[in-house]
Amino acid sequence: METKTITQTQTSKQTITGSEAIIHCLLAEGVDLIYGYPGGAIMPMYDELYKFQDKLQHVLTRHEQGATHAAQGYARATGKVGVAVATSGPGATNLITGIADAQIDSTPMVCITGQVASHLLGSDAFQETDIIGISTPVTKWNYQITKASEIPEILAKAFFIARSGRPGPVLIDITKDAQFGELDYEYKKCTHIRSYKPAPEVKEEALDAAAQLINTAKKPMIVWGQGVILGEAEAAFKSFVEKTGIPAAWTILGVSALATEHPLNVGMVGMHGNYAPNVLTNECDLLIAIGMRFDDRVTGSLDTYATQAKVIHFEIDPAEVNKNVHADVAVLGNCKESLSKILPKVTPNAHTAWHQQFKDLYKIEFEKIIQHDLSPTKEGLTMGEVLDGINKETKGNAIIVSDVGQHQMITCRYAKFNTTKSNITSGGLGTMGFALPAAIGAKMGKPEREVVAIIGDGGYQMTIQELGTIFQSKVPVKIVVLNNEFLGMVRQWQQLFFDKRYASTEMVNPDFVAIAKGYHIQAQKVTKREELADAIKEMIACSDSYFLEVCVEKEDNVFPMIPTGASVSDIRLE
Amino acid sequence: MSEQIKTYTVSIYTENNIGLLNRISAIFQRRHINVESLSASESEIDDVFRWTLVVKVTESQIKKIIGQIERQIEVIKAYYHTDEETIFTESALFKIKSDLLFEERQIQNIIKESHARIVTVNKQFFVLEKSGIRAEIELLYRELKPFGIMQFVRSGRIAVTKSEMPISQLLKELSKEEEYAFS
Repeated sequence: METKTITQTQTSKQTITGSEAIIHCLLAEGVDLIYGYPGGAIMPMYDELYKFQDKLQHVLTRHEQGATHAAQGYARATGKVGVAVATSGPGATNLITGIADAQIDSTPMVCITGQVASHLLGSDAFQETDIIGISTPVTKWNYQITKASEIPEILAKAFFIARSGRPGPVLIDITKDAQFGELDYEYKKCTHIRSYKPAPEVKEEALDAAAQLINTAKKPMIVWGQGVILGEAEAAFKSFVEKTGIPAAWTILGVSALATEHPLNVGMVGMHGNYAPNVLTNECDLLIAIGMRFDDRVTGSLDTYATQAKVIHFEIDPAEVNKNVHADVAVLGNCKESLSKILPKVTPNAHTAWHQQFKDLYKIEFEKIIQHDLSPTKEGLTMGEVLDGINKETKGNAIIVSDVGQHQMITCRYAKFNTTKSNITSGGLGTMGFALPAAIGAKMGKPEREVVAIIGDGGYQMTIQELGTIFQSKVPVKIVVLNNEFLGMVRQWQQLFFDKRYASTEMVNPDFVAIAKGYHIQAQKVTKREELADAIKEMIACSDSYFLEVCVEKEDNVFPMIPTGASVSDIRLE
Repeated sequence: MSEQIKTYTVSIYTENNIGLLNRISAIFQRRHINVESLSASESEIDDVFRWTLVVKVTESQIKKIIGQIERQIEVIKAYYHTDEETIFTESALFKIKSDLLFEERQIQNIIKESHARIVTVNKQFFVLEKSGIRAEIELLYRELKPFGIMQFVRSGRIAVTKSEMPISQLLKELSKEEEYAFS
């Protein structure tokens, strides 16, 4: 894989074209890597990319959706803003799934689209589409540039908005004449927009009220989400958890903010989360939500969710407070700041008896589910034992990228993480096809780390063309396809809730190994337990990209499970 | 959800920006809420716009909607008020054949009693303007209908609040600020 370093860019005033200005703006924002796909309306910018290829690396994906997911993977692994570029019309509309994904998962991303020349706007010109109208509901902000002179200021705003406060995707549409036009270029970073408050101030009264509840609670429980990672609050969070001794559970986007093996980490909440934190959500007397938004996949039925508990909500986005769950105390602001400020106000505690309840329930889950997932005695391979095998080789140091479905839940349940920003998955939108391109972005953003993509046979085929990107750009990602020849999660629901009517969930799959080899990627297929450990070892040891297909049991189900509309405490173990 | 549905006037202060209407209307559309009326104008501060929307929802719904509106980058502040908390009015125009003004003496009485204003008169038609609450405009409409109305149009609600909006101070501060700052 090739990576490039940037040299200082030009910021003093000079007359240049709009398209050259775009490149200078990107460099000024510290961007050294972008993903995209060229086409008519964005060609002037690509012409400049050609001239600046020693400073700004462009990765050609095989589909614009792949460019967005790669930019998301890059952003999630590095904490920096991911950038995706596309042409007008179909190029722009192909970005929408990735943008919607970034919006719901709060991923900082800037998308740049070409647009037909401004005099053609509204004329149904070739490859004209109203991408501003289309992207409005799924962007944090968007803007159409029709004059070259607007470029520096608007791109400065785009990056400021994408990365500040609760991050999100921004789309900037640039007409072809604005790219060709000239401007007096001068770049200044945006530091303030008067109508936009990225993060509310942390209020002392809220901290005092929260600390009082925390210090008097008998059975407090923490549920943390991605806000801890986005706010780079991991250290403050760890200190808070350790001082208060409160059991801490995570949402799937929050995992890796605290090491999996940390003694106070009690596992995952939500539909396929761990037994103890789900059941005890409805027994705790204080629920401390940190940087999470009470998604319905986390809460199950709201009518019965933690109704016995007081709720403290640490949150940067005021619109999330009282949206789904009423907060008795809302601590608004960046949680890095609020958690640091509350630390001296909370008293140390051990909550020994309370922790024992978590341990007792874990034992039940272990006996009923976990041991069968990780060390099965039946003939067919389980997804869990593949994860266990990967853990043994990576020792929890890899970035794990998962797609959407059964394998995603198994991955989040069993993957071990030692460091933050290591679990990359499509949480809110549930975008099948996310993992393969996202893994490309993660690996290019963090080339020194091992990146393993774990994908189902369904989602893999949604963006399988990105194998071409992996091959051409030499991205040494490890790809594991857990093949059960079904759209497994949908099949599981059909089995449980639709009387086993398996409507359109059975997959007749191609020879995945042959396809990978067609892209000159080393590949292996495993069907037997005795082959698994060696195959994983070989994959992790490989310095190039590697494809491993594991044929797993066709009709396994993911448990525990909270059926839709049920209460978290009615979580099913079978 | 036994909470009562009420009429709320939503006041939104924004920067003027193409596409903001789309963003705000999308917030209502996503939640399947009908916007009863909408008007936009300048506000008391230069370059700051004020939108007035009327929606029928529950109070918990309107609180969440205000949160979503305030999340938009160009929105400075949004408020919601009940009818009791606001002074509000709508404006309507009626275009009527001029002959009727002389042939149907009753029309002159209706105009007088309704406190409607004659905006223009020419040989073909005259135009009546009536401001007031919805019921007053509807009453006038019903009274004029039998005589024949050539054209009728009614504006969205505009409203000011009875209590002082904390926005005034905020806007004063903002008016001293540049819209953006760059380093």
